[in-house]
Amino acid sequence: MSTAVEMLRDTPLAIGGHTFQSRLMVGTGKYPDMETMARAIEASGAEVVTVAVRRVNLDRSKESSVLHFLDPKRFFLLANTAGCYTAADAVRYARLAREAGFNDFVKLEVIGDEETLLPDVQGLLEAAKILVQEGSKVLAYTNEDLVTALRLEDAGCAAVMPLASPIGSGLGLLNPFSVRTIKRRLHVPVIVDAGVGTASDACLTMEQGVDGILMNTAIAAAQDPVAMAQAMRLATIAGRAAFLAGRMPRREVAMPSSPTGGMLD
Amino acid sequence: MNDTIDVVINGERKQTTPGATLLELLAELELDPRTVVVEHNRRIVRRPALGDVTVTAGDAIELVHFVGGG
Repeated sequence: MSTAVEMLRDTPLAIGGHTFQSRLMVGTGKYPDMETMARAIEASGAEVVTVAVRRVNLDRSKESSVLHFLDPKRFFLLANTAGCYTAADAVRYARLAREAGFNDFVKLEVIGDEETLLPDVQGLLEAAKILVQEGSKVLAYTNEDLVTALRLEDAGCAAVMPLASPIGSGLGLLNPFSVRTIKRRLHVPVIVDAGVGTASDACLTMEQGVDGILMNTAIAAAQDPVAMAQAMRLATIAGRAAFLAGRMPRREVAMPSSPTGGMLD
Repeated sequence: MNDTIDVVINGERKQTTPGATLLELLAELELDPRTVVVEHNRRIVRRPALGDVTVTAGDAIELVHFVGGG
């Protein structure tokens, strides 16, 4: 099978000095079981795979490390700071993740509200500055606010990750305009993270011209995660292809596709 | 002199040998040091130094690894 890049004559996605062939990044949480997760990730074609940092279960009968099921040599592990509500906590988790020794990337999340899981942008900026200073490549999960995105870029983030809609909501891309604006104004890659529900959401998101998309629940919580992972792979490629192709202008009136001349009397 | 000391590992009170190193503690817990990251009293201890740091009574130790997440 040819890669997306060969098909599209696209350039690879470059973030923080690394290049990736796939513009789809996937999470590893909430799968019915680890075998399904591994098969779904395979089907998604993703290279970047997110993981969370948590306490080891001291009861060895419940082995839970995701690395038993994913080869860290094949996948690029992107640790997140999910569950952190303060800049200090996020920095602590990011440092622990870096110490695991796979890479210096972190998907930085500082959550500000439990119900919506919307980001605390002040805490996010604060944590981003500290981690960038320490040499981390920070991919910052944020809302679809342009000014915050600009500040995160100024702070030295390697990528900015505006949400499509709240984490795990499956509501799809709620604000295409804002996401397009962020993409237009930033120089660092823009990866839409969170909120995608199905393949059309992924396609529509990629059609906005963003550099990539990250999702977890849309695949993990599908009836058939492996089949949905395949659908998301295709939708991401299709959306990117459509963006590169350049869509036709929208018109409020019809225009015939067939010649108006040559009609019979 | 007590035979054991109390430390807190991942929020649970545990007993260990006085003078034990973090590396020995991991061995007691049957954990492979290559698969966990160790935080000792809020300071990360790098893998090569695990054998040099001894635990004392009341120490807080966090042992973390990667789990599924988005």
